[in-house]
Amino acid sequence: MNFEGRVAFVTGASRGIGRAIAADLAKYGADLVLVGRDAEALQATASVLKDQRSNTKAYIVLADAAEPAAVQGAVDEALAEFGRIDFAVANAGQSADSLLMRLKPEALDHLLSVNLKSAFFMCSSVARPMMKARSGSIVLVSSIVGIMGNAGQSAYAASKAGLLGLAKSLAKELGSRNIRVNAVAPGLIQTAMTEKMPEAAREYLLNASALGRAGTPQEVSGVVTFLCSDAAAYVTGQTLVVDGGVLM
Amino acid sequence: MSTTFEKVKKIIVEQLGVDEDEVTPEASITDDLGADSLDQVELVMAFETEFNIDIPDEEAEKIKTVGDAVKRVDEATTKE
Repeated sequence: MNFEGRVAFVTGASRGIGRAIAADLAKYGADLVLVGRDAEALQATASVLKDQRSNTKAYIVLADAAEPAAVQGAVDEALAEFGRIDFAVANAGQSADSLLMRLKPEALDHLLSVNLKSAFFMCSSVARPMMKARSGSIVLVSSIVGIMGNAGQSAYAASKAGLLGLAKSLAKELGSRNIRVNAVAPGLIQTAMTEKMPEAAREYLLNASALGRAGTPQEVSGVVTFLCSDAAAYVTGQTLVVDGGVLM
Repeated sequence: MSTTFEKVKKIIVEQLGVDEDEVTPEASITDDLGADSLDQVELVMAFETEFNIDIPDEEAEKIKTVGDAVKRVDEATTKE
């Protein structure tokens, strides 16, 4: 895979899976637009990219992915800097666990904004330059919880399931412009976000996985890189499950 | 010929890759110039950017011919 001269736009690039995705794309030659809210963490991601490939250009945009104007601003800045966006990865997301009876409307709104609406905003902003270029690959980072559901995670699951509907619909809307839209659905991955999971839920996923272990962010980013690449040129509207064999 | 028409024509030629001669005021954007639904959206967005106007969806749907587009742009620009 050779991404030299290509530009990738990654939201939630501060840490975890987002950082790994940015690093993997950089490894194959892409320049990166790193979007997030934590300047220090984004800087840390940028130095990880330089470790992958010393001449990687990393452009940091401090923006809240859940704010449409901020996302449009980030895309405008990226285009001013690089003149193109080839790959866009909607990775910004949070989890907030609560049984439905205890779920506050504000918490639901917040999770839908951060996990689902953020992806709508990103897709809407990157679609235009991609349509002009008649080329592009968009990857939405969902979760197996969006497919299988999970007690205590109704809002998170609904937001992640929403991403799958978005990916399929956009794949149909934009396919004629050679823009592919896919999703990945990670299982239990070792990140700061999953460290906060209740122990029982972790145990359950570990026991349910055929490989019997949690995955690493790098094991997700490799699949995202594949979906971005020309190796997946005929793959669109799909969800690739990356969960060590929980769902089959 | 109005300046608006010339500008609209230029956008349509660039966006749809059609010959200038084909872009007449009577030409249907979909039937004669071959625009699909995404092309139409892109055209409206291009008009909005070029003329610094806002064309709401319900207005955009009424734009069937090149002449309709010119008329809509003229109305919006005189209003603003």
